[in-house]
Amino acid sequence: MTKQLLSGNEAIARGALEAGVTVVSGYPGTPSTEILENIGKFYGDKMFAEWAPNEKVAFETAAGASTTGARSMTTMKLVGLNVAADPLMTLAYVGVVGGFVAVVADDPGMNSSQNEQDTRLFAHFAKVPVLEPSDAAEAKAFTLAGYEISEKFGTPVILRTTTTTSHSRGVVELADPIALNRTPSFKSDPQRFVPIPAWARGMRVRLEERLEKLAEEASNSPLNRIEWNASGDRRVGIVTAGAAYQYVKEVFPEANVLKLGWQFPFPDRLFREFAAQVDQVIVIEELEDFLEEHMKALGINAIGKRLGDEKLVPNIGALDVDVLKEIRAKLVANPATAPLFDAQTAVEIAPTTELPTLPALPARPPVLCPGCPHRGFFYALKKFDVVVSGDIGCYTLGVAPPLACMDTVLCMGGGFTVAHGIDRAKNDRPVVGIVGDSTFFHSGITGLLDVAYNKGGATLVVLDNRVTAMTGHQENPGSGKTLLGEETFAADIAEIAKATGFKNVVEVNPRDLAQTTAALKTAIESPEPWLIVAKEPCPLAYRKKIEKIYRVDQDKCKKCGACVKLGCPAIERDADKTVRVNPAFCVDCKLCEQVCKFGALEEIDVKMGGLV
Amino acid sequence: MTQQNSNNTTSVVLVGVGGQGILLASAIVAQAALDSGYDVKTNEIHGMAQRGGSVVAQIRYGEKIYSPLIPKGTATVLASLERVESLRYVDYLAPNGLAVVSDQIIVPTTVSSGAASYPTLDEETLRKYFPRLVYVRAVEQAAELGNARAANTILLGSLSTQLDLSLDAWEGAISKRVKPAFVDVNLKAFHLGRELAQ
Repeated sequence: MTKQLLSGNEAIARGALEAGVTVVSGYPGTPSTEILENIGKFYGDKMFAEWAPNEKVAFETAAGASTTGARSMTTMKLVGLNVAADPLMTLAYVGVVGGFVAVVADDPGMNSSQNEQDTRLFAHFAKVPVLEPSDAAEAKAFTLAGYEISEKFGTPVILRTTTTTSHSRGVVELADPIALNRTPSFKSDPQRFVPIPAWARGMRVRLEERLEKLAEEASNSPLNRIEWNASGDRRVGIVTAGAAYQYVKEVFPEANVLKLGWQFPFPDRLFREFAAQVDQVIVIEELEDFLEEHMKALGINAIGKRLGDEKLVPNIGALDVDVLKEIRAKLVANPATAPLFDAQTAVEIAPTTELPTLPALPARPPVLCPGCPHRGFFYALKKFDVVVSGDIGCYTLGVAPPLACMDTVLCMGGGFTVAHGIDRAKNDRPVVGIVGDSTFFHSGITGLLDVAYNKGGATLVVLDNRVTAMTGHQENPGSGKTLLGEETFAADIAEIAKATGFKNVVEVNPRDLAQTTAALKTAIESPEPWLIVAKEPCPLAYRKKIEKIYRVDQDKCKKCGACVKLGCPAIERDADKTVRVNPAFCVDCKLCEQVCKFGALEEIDVKMGGLV
Repeated sequence: MTQQNSNNTTSVVLVGVGGQGILLASAIVAQAALDSGYDVKTNEIHGMAQRGGSVVAQIRYGEKIYSPLIPKGTATVLASLERVESLRYVDYLAPNGLAVVSDQIIVPTTVSSGAASYPTLDEETLRKYFPRLVYVRAVEQAAELGNARAANTILLGSLSTQLDLSLDAWEGAISKRVKPAFVDVNLKAFHLGRELAQ
């Protein structure tokens, strides 16, 4: 067997191949993106894989494929499931034919997300099974298991991962793909596939029957296992799942562990069996008290989020070994739980070293890259006294100083619609609503339609950098290429706006400050709605050979700091206000030259800048 | 030579700024450990944090690895491609661990905008925080070898002296993970790094 070091996401992609999946559709979103990216890159000749405009479209495409008997997958991040919630809730009733797995990547700690919702609760709400791997090897194995469960019970299955599992690499054994040899064939059966109320009522009853069977299966499943310790000490029994399992194994090496890979429908029989054999059940789970609350409802005396009056397992943020060491220290220190532990098995808290106090370290937050076209747009926008309604993407970084040019962000597509609401309320200042190109196709179009249809007055802007950038440069309906790299029609944002009824549509180059400022002035002062398409490719996604770069002519520089207000990482300023352009970072976007009143920024041949 | 914690796990922390080549360096360490027959887990930062932000990669190997994330105070080595970043992760290093720090400075926008200042961090200052320090002019020396991008491999060479992975495993990993045209310069950089740590 070939062993490879794969990330959790790469392992899920491999699992899709080995399970004989033939249709995959998803929408990019950290930490889920690399699943579909890897399928496209390595297995694109074995299955249909595509980026959908949004998660609802992706989910429904995979659901449709499943009705033919084909195995299908959809991938998204946590908040993507909110967008796909509508088809999820009803697909649970209708059920599936070919195996259907929705991979949803949660983000405890909010590394790249606007909230920390726990998808296990969504699975519970929708009444569908949820599996959760704890490392890359399980990520592949559970993908395969997901298809078995899905087809055995005719149910959609959610495969939940978290940032740590998705982005950590581990050793994975590869196997050959299963030969399914299926001929996709949709068998018409309206009573099965059409949930009109009369038929949906029957589906509702069968859904509950299915859940009971699934709960029994979960109690017997090899995805859930009890690891008894060798010593026979039955004082502590830890219930855990996902990445937390790995930390439990390091910090509580002597504990008996109920390791859950399949958390819902709850394996009640297994919970009771485990609890009956240990003195104290402790539940260590990331985010919500999903397992703990249910175990308590079963009458099991479990400790989890609280230990008496004090907090124990955090329900905010990601867990890790250090957090679990603190949990252990609290358990050992508390008179109620101290007898559960032997003093000699105490796990060390991080060894303290005698170091001098650290100097204040300057923060290094993510920033708009050198040459980012969004920078020019925000620099121009900052001159206007307006409310800025933003959205989710690289351009959200426009909120950070020195550009500091965003007042609200709610969700994908909200840039337009929140702006429309501010405008409708007759706000005392004009409002500008901003979305990116991928966000426009995702859910900006409906907001645009709303503004046109209901005769709104907001200024709408699409920051069109020709790619879905923040998640790592994925193709989208405007980029002219598919996930598999095939040429396709590039949807034209300006033409779409005109078709919805927008009369005032203008395209500008955001690296041209004068042009961008003029367009903004016209639009903001107009009582009519305007759409500005600020169009310039992302320089990271569409790399050009750098022929010229900028240099500061120190004789001409007055140290006024105007160029520094661009927030460009290539423009560095010393404590004495001396400004330099870092030749390794400059990509010749020409913005600094436009903001310098003294002509101190000069374009030079890249070879003169000290680079080969 | 190898420093291991009680679980016989070796942990390596690599830090720097997005775009400096941390992820490639991480892949090389992991490959060398895998080819040496160890269980390996690694963790990397993706998404929003990549855009010019502080980047950390973690590699753990041993007989059996559970957590891919390194507990504080347990890393055998910490290598940093940027001065201030080395201090951001100082608490991950074991008390007797080795730090390898490149002398490069990348001024964050928070400093240029005047919101923060870049502390004075010369070799002497860094040594107060890292009693065992290899301080390297990595970018300059890599450029002298023919490619400034090989700076990260100089650091790998230095940290390799602390790990129980064979020279064959390292060279094999570099050959597997680096684009063919750059293998030679990276092998030279790796050996230079080893010499600098002696």
